[in-house]
Amino acid sequence: MEKGDLSDSSTLLGDLVEARKQIAELKEKLHLCKQKEFQNFQLPNPDEGIDREGSEDDKRKVNELCNKDIRRYSRQLILPEIGVKGQLALINSSVLLVGAGGLGCPSAIYLAAAGVGHIGVVDYDEIELDNLHRQVLHTEERLGKSKCKSVADSIHCADICQRIFSSHKDNVATRYLLNDACVLAGKPLVSASALRFEGQLTVYNHEGGPCYRCLFPRPPPPETVTNCSDGGVLGVVPGIMGNLQALEAIKIITGLKASYVQKLLLYDGLYGSFRSIKLRARKKDCSVCGETPTVTGLIDYESFCGAGPSDKCMLLHILTPEERVTAKQLKEHLGSNSPPLLIDVRPPVEFDICHLPNSCSILFTLSC
Amino acid sequence: MAESSQQHIDIHVEFSGGAELLFDKVKEHEVKLSHDNNPWTIRKLLVWIKENLLKERPELFVQEDTVRPGILILVNDADWELVGELEYEIQNKDRIIFISTLHGG
Ligand SMILES: [Zn+2]
Repeated sequence: MEKGDLSDSSTLLGDLVEARKQIAELKEKLHLCKQKEFQNFQLPNPDEGIDREGSEDDKRKVNELCNKDIRRYSRQLILPEIGVKGQLALINSSVLLVGAGGLGCPSAIYLAAAGVGHIGVVDYDEIELDNLHRQVLHTEERLGKSKCKSVADSIHCADICQRIFSSHKDNVATRYLLNDACVLAGKPLVSASALRFEGQLTVYNHEGGPCYRCLFPRPPPPETVTNCSDGGVLGVVPGIMGNLQALEAIKIITGLKASYVQKLLLYDGLYGSFRSIKLRARKKDCSVCGETPTVTGLIDYESFCGAGPSDKCMLLHILTPEERVTAKQLKEHLGSNSPPLLIDVRPPVEFDICHLPNSCSILFTLSC
Repeated sequence: MAESSQQHIDIHVEFSGGAELLFDKVKEHEVKLSHDNNPWTIRKLLVWIKENLLKERPELFVQEDTVRPGILILVNDADWELVGELEYEIQNKDRIIFISTLHGG
């Protein structure tokens, strides 16, 4: 018999705790490492861009549709708005999807299916079980694997180029980073987000419309930003918004007029309403797209926004160590002759998912 | 009676994108503002909302006399920047919407 079989549960538990600690340390290291890579992200040199004559991309350019293409895309080819010209534009186009999540997955499916020639995917996350209800390209078999790779494997497409940006990786620092990168590179940005039952979508930096900084010159305080893990999201809502992003991108590529330039689409899935709001035009005094920009290269977006690119939890220090009880201490108290009243202050929906026996639910909220 | 109807203006105030969480999750509010000699501006409305509608954490709604960064104000479905921002004079039957930008996907 091996030694492991003889171990009692407390030894194993000890090993498990130790292993978890190591995992946590590795995760932290990985996070820091990725943060560094994220900050070192370099804009491609515009001189080496795909618009230059005689470049690699020019040589790869497709000038006519083959028979298979004609059959494959026939139902959209016969739309006069698309036609052969539009289909060729799609085949020769490049879209960079930033974020391979609830918005990125449906966008990727439709962009690939429509024939977009190059789709780049940027995401530093691995697939987790609680992503699957909305990030429909990922599967249980791929848990722990890279989201980028998962999307690329699903749609058989992984070239990274940069013509139109489609943004999904959603937190404030990434938004400013993407916005500035798009303004500096002269690319339109199709931006969307989804939370709870609501979605928002707009096209930045295109045909005289505003950029993100024109609308929001100052970042919101980090504590006001709710993300999917705190706020929840119904999977089909980012599905709808991601599809709309793909549609806007396809329109821009094929030379049709984008519908959400200088307009913000508000979708409320609970009320079933789509509302379009007229936004301001490009601001002359915008710090990145204005007449005398002060932002002329990428900056440190984490310190600008006061929060990192992770949309994971922000650490709040509410109680001092003396004010806390451990799970063990609580168990002793609850097992005593005069057990204390246990109040669970989480939202009722979380209380319903699981709670300790004999606890009483009274909501106390700090959220926005 | 005709005179008294001129002594207030009725407006529709709405919160969305998460801003409604500061208002007991109530998105739509029909608001009656009593008319004095000074016109109702957005600036004045913000103070009124803070004192009358806001349920919690005012710093998540207003900061330094204006809305906190990240909230967009719409007047009759248009960006408030197009109508004069804080100095816009609110008219009877105006729809004023406060949208917190979403971050998620
Ligand atoms: Zn701008």
